[in-house]
Amino acid sequence: MAQILSLLQAAIVFGTVILFGSVGEILTEKSGNLNLGVPGIMYLGGIAGLAGSFMYETAAEVPVPWVGMVIALACALAASLLAGLIYSFLTITLRANQNVTGLTLTIFGGGVANFFGGALNNMAGGVGQISVAATSSAYRATLPFLSSIDVFSALGFMVYLAIILAFLVSWFLNKSRKGLNLRAVGENPATADAAGINVTKYKYFATCIGAAITGLGGLYYVMDYIKGTWAIDGGIEKLGWLAVALVIFARWKPKHAIWGSYLFGVLFWLFFYIPGLTRSSQELFKMLPYLVTIVVLIIVSMRRKRENRPPESLGLPYFREDR
Amino acid sequence: MNKSAVKVPLVRIVKRDTIAVWRSWLVRLIGLVLALAVSAIVIYAIVHINPLKVYSAMFEGNFGTEKRFWVTLRDMMMLLCIGVGLAPAFKMRFWNIGAEGQILVGGIATAGVMIYLGKSLPTWELLLISLVASCAAGALWGFIPALFKARYGTNETLFTLMMNYVAIQLTSYFVAVWENPFGSNTVGIINQQTKAGWFPAVFGQQYMMTLIIVMVLTALMFIYLRYSKQGYEIAVVGESERTARYVGINVKSVVIRTMMISGAICGLSGYIAVAGASHTISTSTAGGNGFTAIIVAWLAKFNTFMMIFVAALLVFLEKGAIQIASQYNLNDFASKMITGIILFFILGSEFFTNYRLVFRNRKEAR
Amino acid sequence: MRSAQAAVRMCGITKTFGSVVANDKIDLEIYRGEILAMLGENGSGKTTLMNMLSGIYYPDGGHILVDGREVSIRSPKDAYDLGIGMIHQHFKLVDVLTAAENIILGMDGKIRLDLKSVGEKIRSICGMYGFEVDPEQKVYDMSVSQKQTVEIVKVLYRGADILILDEPTAVLTPQETEKLFAVMRNMRDDGKAIVIITHKLHEVEEISDRVVVLRRGQYAGGMATKDTNAAEMTNMMVGRAVSLNIERPEPIDPKPRVIVEGLTVRDADGVTKLSDVSFTAYSGEILGVAGISGCGQKELLESIAGLQPSESGSIIYIDPKTGEEIQLLGKDPREILSMGVMLSFVPEDRLGMGLVGSMDLTDNMMLRSFRHGKSIFTDRKTPRSLAERVVNDLAVITPSLSTPVRKLSGGNVQKVLVGREISSSPTVLMTAYAVRGLDINSSYTIYDLINRQKQNGVAVIFVGEDLDVLLEYCDRILVLCGGKVSGIVPGRGADKNQVGMMMTKLGGEK
Repeated sequence: MAQILSLLQAAIVFGTVILFGSVGEILTEKSGNLNLGVPGIMYLGGIAGLAGSFMYETAAEVPVPWVGMVIALACALAASLLAGLIYSFLTITLRANQNVTGLTLTIFGGGVANFFGGALNNMAGGVGQISVAATSSAYRATLPFLSSIDVFSALGFMVYLAIILAFLVSWFLNKSRKGLNLRAVGENPATADAAGINVTKYKYFATCIGAAITGLGGLYYVMDYIKGTWAIDGGIEKLGWLAVALVIFARWKPKHAIWGSYLFGVLFWLFFYIPGLTRSSQELFKMLPYLVTIVVLIIVSMRRKRENRPPESLGLPYFREDR
Repeated sequence: MNKSAVKVPLVRIVKRDTIAVWRSWLVRLIGLVLALAVSAIVIYAIVHINPLKVYSAMFEGNFGTEKRFWVTLRDMMMLLCIGVGLAPAFKMRFWNIGAEGQILVGGIATAGVMIYLGKSLPTWELLLISLVASCAAGALWGFIPALFKARYGTNETLFTLMMNYVAIQLTSYFVAVWENPFGSNTVGIINQQTKAGWFPAVFGQQYMMTLIIVMVLTALMFIYLRYSKQGYEIAVVGESERTARYVGINVKSVVIRTMMISGAICGLSGYIAVAGASHTISTSTAGGNGFTAIIVAWLAKFNTFMMIFVAALLVFLEKGAIQIASQYNLNDFASKMITGIILFFILGSEFFTNYRLVFRNRKEAR
Repeated sequence: MRSAQAAVRMCGITKTFGSVVANDKIDLEIYRGEILAMLGENGSGKTTLMNMLSGIYYPDGGHILVDGREVSIRSPKDAYDLGIGMIHQHFKLVDVLTAAENIILGMDGKIRLDLKSVGEKIRSICGMYGFEVDPEQKVYDMSVSQKQTVEIVKVLYRGADILILDEPTAVLTPQETEKLFAVMRNMRDDGKAIVIITHKLHEVEEISDRVVVLRRGQYAGGMATKDTNAAEMTNMMVGRAVSLNIERPEPIDPKPRVIVEGLTVRDADGVTKLSDVSFTAYSGEILGVAGISGCGQKELLESIAGLQPSESGSIIYIDPKTGEEIQLLGKDPREILSMGVMLSFVPEDRLGMGLVGSMDLTDNMMLRSFRHGKSIFTDRKTPRSLAERVVNDLAVITPSLSTPVRKLSGGNVQKVLVGREISSSPTVLMTAYAVRGLDINSSYTIYDLINRQKQNGVAVIFVGEDLDVLLEYCDRILVLCGGKVSGIVPGRGADKNQVGMMMTKLGGEK
């Protein structure tokens, strides 16, 4: 029982990182933009949050946790929004290829984050030295009324924020007027345009806000998952791609992404709780989330059910006077 | 006239009919210069040193010593090789994002041959067997997504992306199996004493063989795409599947065949990385080159000779940035940052080769 | 009655695409309470002109006035705000959304969607004009005519009082057309301004109050419909009297070449496209295929060419040399070619199917023949000399042989395509809308080319849309209606009205 609980907790913490990433990416992809820069955006969100709170904690004599928290949040949002803006400008205004731009953003984000992460480590006195304990504690503080229940006893507020965001995005897409317009943009931009929808504006907004949500995944990773430190081990990148996988697994539905993310977490950590596994077979177990995603991708394409497929114009540029 | 002109939108975008070749290169050059300027500002903001000194340090980092020169060349060849592998897939409009994984499985196959057969076979046979094995492994990694694309139209971008991570976990698995020494969580240098299965030095140069293989491949791929019947089929399928069917091209088999070729060459890059350079295998054997090569192939418009220049540029930047980093006590990741900035600018400049802006109240200048 | 002031006034509108002038200084007025017909041949610039009213294109020159006020229509939204709504020929609907969702797409309103009240309003509009729309139905489940209804309701829902319909009847059955016309009259009597784009004279006469004719991007004339007649309008449309004078040589020694029996075809969605189609095409004759668009012409040709899987039936080819009977059904184009069946096919979609737009003339010439020979490399000498020959013989206007065909004009593209298809000395030649979008001279060049094939003993299957051409050009006419054979009539002495009836009603009954 205790084992199952601890697996669940680990899965939820793991899942929260990719839930942010994939809710943001769902919003982005619904506009027809396939942003492969998810890992890069998560990197940028993470490092900006870390740098912001580090500056604060070194400057303040006695850092107040919640101030650090707000600063980190603001920095992370700003940085990932900016990343979304770069991507949008290149792919929407300058019509650069989406795949190539997204991959470049991933390279760029990883470079910037690890460059400054390394620099922060140096400033703090050596590898692994940087720590924003106060800020991180704010992120890891459990909700008072939930801490008595076992499963929730080690979950910070961002776990719930991720779920709330998923529901919000789901409501927005399915029940709001703007959400309907956005879906139309991703399905068939020419039609949306003819219906008087400003395709460019919708794509910009969806992509930038999506990126901001994605960036929160990086922040959560830094503040909670690795407890306010920085490691140059490509951990964020790996989770970033899993977030992209989760979008497919959830069939572009944010609500499905919630349980999907925890399932991915369970699959990822399962090896730890199965007795008698060698280290090599543990690695094979970690393959599961990707394999499951591939299977879902194949089944969706075989079934041909319209509602489950990617947005029709995903990955394609739109230029009204093209002919 | 003036009254109506006020109501014309400020800027309109008009597609260019044609653009002179020199003009399109001029546009790209301007993009590159702008990128270097921005990078210089970033560098100056961080380290407060004269950016020109920085660029000379970059040059130093690439060509400072003979060894550096050859390492630069080796890395360039690696990137080029992957780009050459991606060319046929991209020409067919098949988004093979899976080079990273194809390199890794090729590397695993090579390392496996070196480890298990290293003691029993002479090097030339080892080299031949691992060449075939790595190509086969890469081809398999290309075949799987291609099969489902051809059969059910499964999205290849997402499928090949996922295959990368399956390959990475597979690599982790083999690293654990082949761990040496025990507990190090690395494979170590394979056959360090015997050098069995390593690329031999040609003309006294350790990396000459890599250079020869990749340059030959580059030329062959150029010929294949431009002059062979299969290359023509790839072009037709890429431009229009309906046309391909209309003239009796079996689209499914072309898709599968081309992706197997693409995967095989990427697998071969894994072979070069393992047998020709690092002599070990790890999850960083591909090192993001599979993704960078996508950009190389795209910017070169799938022309393999053009890829030489793009690959050279990117490797030059990376090596140079690493040099700066060590010279000024920064870390290596500065190179990725600068590469990112430069790619953003080059990608952006493509726009101005395809479109032109028409400003209000102005004659449409070409 | 029509309003005194023009709802829309377009002055000196000019639009160019690259080097093609689509609209050249056109003046036009649209009034409320009136149905205006925009008449012109395909490619005469009707749709382009209207697209500038609906905000799809932006004019390069000229002014647009709505209710006397000068406006700049930069986007479809601007058009809607001015009360202008257009129903495009290719429906602008999102497949995975419902009718109601499509109808309110892009409209302002409360943040939250209230689809229930939207549904009610849709029903009330439907009740007013006699439409039938289920607001909950997904568009991908709808028939063509249902989709069109959704499009019209969409425009009305937004309160548009200037409606533009782009060839709305092309996809409708006669009954559906009648319904549509009734609705249009209702809307006119309601005080709305209505524009119908068409190239069918009888529609102009039946529905419109006023007609404006465009010819090759220029204003050719305009008048009240009751003051004109078919001859005058045709004259304006084509610029000269239509006595087509297409040559029709007598067939020489016709023998069965292709025998189609009981052919039934369903598309990917399971919709029956062809049902029990049987006919024989003879050597040395031109068999015309008539029908309103989308009633199986495409599927028929593609079945014979080996591009369309079919449910049942048979397609027998009789080899002219040996008399051997070869079953074509279930074979792909490559297998058909390898059995020695010289089948040529000029498809409707020239740049999307027949040619590769981004390739040059030489590379397009080898599309059919690049497999010849054992070498793994392509031979570019033969196609290059073929390209030279086609350019010289058919007077193709092109800067060079290495120009991408996409950059050529429509007529030249078609000459390249037909030239290639004829070059392989076929025994069967199929053409779909061979002269669509071509100027008169190019059209006659194509007619002559095909006639020469006919005289060489080729069995020609000619799918056309212009009845006059079919009646003057073909030896026999196969009339399709809703995927079934409505009848086969001899081209000489056929009655246009009778063929027209067969196109819309299966042999007279339904």
